[in-house]
Amino acid sequence: MQHDVEKNVKPYEQTFNTMVPSPFVKFMRKCVIWQFIRFVIINVKMIIVVSKSH
Amino acid sequence: MARLVILGAGVSGHTAATFAKKWLGSSHEVVVVTPNSKWNWIPSNIWVGVGQMSKKDVTFELKPVYDKLGIDYRQAKAVSIHPEGSENQASPFVTVEHTSDARKGESEEITYDYLINATGPKLNFGATEGLGPDGGYSYSVCTADHATEAAAVLKEKFDRIKRGEKQKILVGTGHGMCTCQGAAFEYIFNIDTELRRAGIRDMADLQWISNESFLGDFGVGGVHIKRGGYVASSKLFAESLYTEKGINWTTGAHVTKVEEGVAHYEKLDGSTGSIDFDFSMLIPPFAGVGLKAFGKDGQDITDTLFAPNGFLKVDGDYSGKPFEEWDASDWPKNYQNPTYKNIFAVGIAFAPPHPISKPMKSPNGTPIFPTPPRTGMPSGIIGKAVANSIVDMINGAPEPTHETSMAEMGAACIASVGKGMFSGEAVALTVYPVVPDYKKYPGTGRDQNYTMGEIGLAGHWIKHTLHHMFLWKAQLKPGWSLIPE
Repeated sequence: MQHDVEKNVKPYEQTFNTMVPSPFVKFMRKCVIWQFIRFVIINVKMIIVVSKSH
Repeated sequence: MARLVILGAGVSGHTAATFAKKWLGSSHEVVVVTPNSKWNWIPSNIWVGVGQMSKKDVTFELKPVYDKLGIDYRQAKAVSIHPEGSENQASPFVTVEHTSDARKGESEEITYDYLINATGPKLNFGATEGLGPDGGYSYSVCTADHATEAAAVLKEKFDRIKRGEKQKILVGTGHGMCTCQGAAFEYIFNIDTELRRAGIRDMADLQWISNESFLGDFGVGGVHIKRGGYVASSKLFAESLYTEKGINWTTGAHVTKVEEGVAHYEKLDGSTGSIDFDFSMLIPPFAGVGLKAFGKDGQDITDTLFAPNGFLKVDGDYSGKPFEEWDASDWPKNYQNPTYKNIFAVGIAFAPPHPISKPMKSPNGTPIFPTPPRTGMPSGIIGKAVANSIVDMINGAPEPTHETSMAEMGAACIASVGKGMFSGEAVALTVYPVVPDYKKYPGTGRDQNYTMGEIGLAGHWIKHTLHHMFLWKAQLKPGWSLIPE
């Protein structure tokens, strides 16, 4: 079954040599529980980067 | 009593001014010279440019904020620096020209003990014929006013689409030597989102054009990110995102001329072409603001103080070495001018030693590559470090006491679309260090533990948090100094 986003890939055009996200990846981008976890992790990483930069 | 004069009140100048005054207290003077009466949180101009925010959401009056801390605020633009004074003035000074309604055009000399040049860039629309909103055919989001104007025109294009007219939208960089690809990147995806929200995405062709040799370069030579068990180039992720959203791209392009409805370009392979558009937002190249410098006898010493591009020379390596010989140590650490030790430059105003992305030329000799970004987090960090050094020097330290190099600092970049709590999305990126160090981190040039990128709601929440947090900090509201740059 072809997913919506795959329709944007055109054979032998510039879009042909890349990857496109699966429906699962797109779901996880919007999944509030998973994104809350990522929110915490990204914030921690950013704080570390900031502290290493001062 | 020492006097510190700061030219410019963008992210870097404002950070330097507020921390310097906080640390110096009332025993020393801090003077800020800036032609604008309002402070602008520039990253959020993108949302102004699509009509999701207004100018008042991203700006505030500077004077009341500076009055609160005791900073002497002069609404004026800097004209020249006189680091040795003059025959009539023993102390070093700057000449400024007032821009407020009350004192417009009035000239003034302000003496200083220490000077920070934080003037930011001149938006050099004149580098490309027909570029820019003032007499040109493209729009900009570089200032809040530019973004407001772009939003109004974009709305009119959306109305046309709703009436059944297809529209072509072109976004990117308007010259072969631009920086700030990230801002244009964020803008095109915001337009895409607004088109989708309005249910008219299929009636618009979105086209990207930039001077990056590959999509995802962002002026930092690209980034390698750990995802799905692989370490992969940002090129792959950027191309994936453009494909997912149905946005076409042209890279390695120097826009040579913009006419009504058409942009002409030359590519790195020497070929030329043109792209039709109904609306275009093209970032201009940046240059120094054109400050002059004079010696005690009135002799023009601009070349001593400034690099040819108009940015102020600091402690970087300006020997012009080729890409193969670049080193992390080329990048400035204390931002002190090598000739005049009481002059510093921060943010975009300091002259970078060389680009970060590999310099490239077309067969015709046209340079087409991104110039190095020095905005956002790095400019805030540099501003604070320089303020710290100057405060220590005022208190007796013989040399700058604080160092921070873009080759040793990280940056967090978030490109967010939409305003809804659950409907938005963002690309969140952390890069460490900003300037790749191929000796310390062979291969990718960066520490893969702290270089990451992902798409999702989380980054969107962070971007909104940062918008409110940095406006809070810039307005010196309670706890402002605890918020990191």
